[in-house]
Amino acid sequence: MSGDVVLGCSGLTMQFRGLTALDNLELDVRRGEILGLLGPNGSGKTTFFNVVTGIYRPSAGEIRFESRDITHSSPQAIYRAGIARTFQRSRLCLPLTIFDNIMIGNHRRLEQGLWFNLFRRGKLRQQFESCRDEARELLMTFNKALGSQLASAAGSVNMIDRRRIEVCRALIGRPKLLLLDEPSAGMTHEETNELMDDILAIRQRIPDLTIVIIEHGMTVIERITDRCIVLNYGRKLCDGTYAEIARNPEVQQAYLGKS
Amino acid sequence: MAAAMKPPGRIPAVLAIAAIGIFSALLLLLHDRWGPVIVVGVGAIMLVAALKTGAAARAERSFAAHEGAMNAMVVAVFLGVFVALGRENFSLLMLCTVLLYGIACLGLNIQLGYCGVMNFAGAAFFGAGSYTAAVLAANTALPHLLILAAGGIVAGVLGSVLLLPLLRTRGHYAALITVAFGVLFRSFLEVNDTLGGPQGLVVPGLNLFGWSFNDPITVGGFKLSFYFNYALLILLLASIAFVMARRLERSWIGMNLDAVRIDEVAASTFGLNVPYLKIMAFVIGNVFAGVAGAVFAMMTGFVSPNDFDFSTSLVLIAIIVLGGIGNPWGILPAAALVIILPEKLQAIQEYRFLLYSLAVVAILLFRPDGLFPRRLRRYFPDRAS
Repeated sequence: MSGDVVLGCSGLTMQFRGLTALDNLELDVRRGEILGLLGPNGSGKTTFFNVVTGIYRPSAGEIRFESRDITHSSPQAIYRAGIARTFQRSRLCLPLTIFDNIMIGNHRRLEQGLWFNLFRRGKLRQQFESCRDEARELLMTFNKALGSQLASAAGSVNMIDRRRIEVCRALIGRPKLLLLDEPSAGMTHEETNELMDDILAIRQRIPDLTIVIIEHGMTVIERITDRCIVLNYGRKLCDGTYAEIARNPEVQQAYLGKS
Repeated sequence: MAAAMKPPGRIPAVLAIAAIGIFSALLLLLHDRWGPVIVVGVGAIMLVAALKTGAAARAERSFAAHEGAMNAMVVAVFLGVFVALGRENFSLLMLCTVLLYGIACLGLNIQLGYCGVMNFAGAAFFGAGSYTAAVLAANTALPHLLILAAGGIVAGVLGSVLLLPLLRTRGHYAALITVAFGVLFRSFLEVNDTLGGPQGLVVPGLNLFGWSFNDPITVGGFKLSFYFNYALLILLLASIAFVMARRLERSWIGMNLDAVRIDEVAASTFGLNVPYLKIMAFVIGNVFAGVAGAVFAMMTGFVSPNDFDFSTSLVLIAIIVLGGIGNPWGILPAAALVIILPEKLQAIQEYRFLLYSLAVVAILLFRPDGLFPRRLRRYFPDRAS
């Protein structure tokens, strides 16, 4: 792993009225790594994602992405800079087709002009066809059967395929940083394993991609992460490989309580 | 199930369109007391039968497989019905009203059906177009084509007054703002003496490139109603509006609007500019309503505040919901139902509104997604994809 920092946070604080969800957080993400983000419920993991992607404005502190300050950027600008995410509770547009859902993530590469969309139908068609092939290919790296279902409603496929679609939606725009918010939530053991295979496959395909993943399953974390950061009460509790954090007495205490 | 695999032929759709055309022409041509009631009764039974036996679904699939040809056939059927009604002023006026409300609803459908912006002031924007046409046609020498465009522009600009509050509120609250605006608009018209107050304004007839629309056309010694002129123009405008709305839906913008409606947070996480898309949908929708209103004013020759009250806005929304939210093809049958049915059920007098309301309730009870629910988006449906 190179020491090159993709995403750096310093003094990051997020307060909701009296509740401090992120408390002076210092956190670096290095290029090309898979970083596991751990911590008990309510320790600020998802809040961290929401702050990074611009859904929440932090109360204090600074976020730098590829040495650019994005602390106060809009979600749109952050997406364009190259950060994409999935959500803990699926946020697919179920009434839309699988293709549409993936294309939402392709926004920055699609022509958005009103004139183009209404009157340059030939050009739009070319763009549509190349996007469709690209989406199909991406989808088939996860599940071959999904490739033929591009035109079906996203609501018509099962949970694991929906997660795969969400990951494809995040990947199609070629982000530099991918944030996965508990991708295995609500899945069986086997499904979780399949999904983790998928994530490792992405890693193979796009070695430059940096991934931050929130997970609770320790075997999952052990298997796919290069490094882990444990949060507790919005602070960084510790930082290291899975083996290191698993031995850390503070982590054990945060998860299991004082003994 | 083997039949379902094979691409459906044209025949079911052709039959369905022809049946609806004949049914409508009959309904409009019969003027006696009970004739229309019988036609409506038979039509309702046939509709239920078609839905129950799956014939309607078959026709819909067949329509979807041959969209271009079927769209052309619908236009042809309209022309046929116009000719059949050649001298009937009132029936042609009703059909024109159906089409004009249809144009306005295509606009409101972009707002509500695609982008999820509730607009309960549809009649106000329609009325803004009407009053613009009334004032400009009576007081200026502007070419009438420009006046129609001006009706759309004024409606679009007037709508921008609402943008700020609309972007700051969601759901019911945003809807309430448009209700308030609709009521305000009507009250303004009633107290404003320059705009005729409660009496309204007289509007000169339409004249495009020397073609005076208020003079009846004579074809081979046969004198047609002057509404025939308007019917042709309105059919053309409705076709253009339909094609534009369809193209919008079948583009990246249509996809973005849907994403905004379904999940604003996810949409903005993927770079969609949510306020911009809402503004775009709102303005385009109001322009549609404004142009339709301008034609309406010049066709009826008279505008008054009563034409644009809150209940008219509700009728516009009802048409969209009844037809199937988001489906442009649902709008026409729904508009016909809402506008023509009460007129044609005169025989049962006061009870007609009761019956009509019951029909609406029954449709929504048995088909909660409207008569023709929206289908999944296909970007370029006429060729295999």
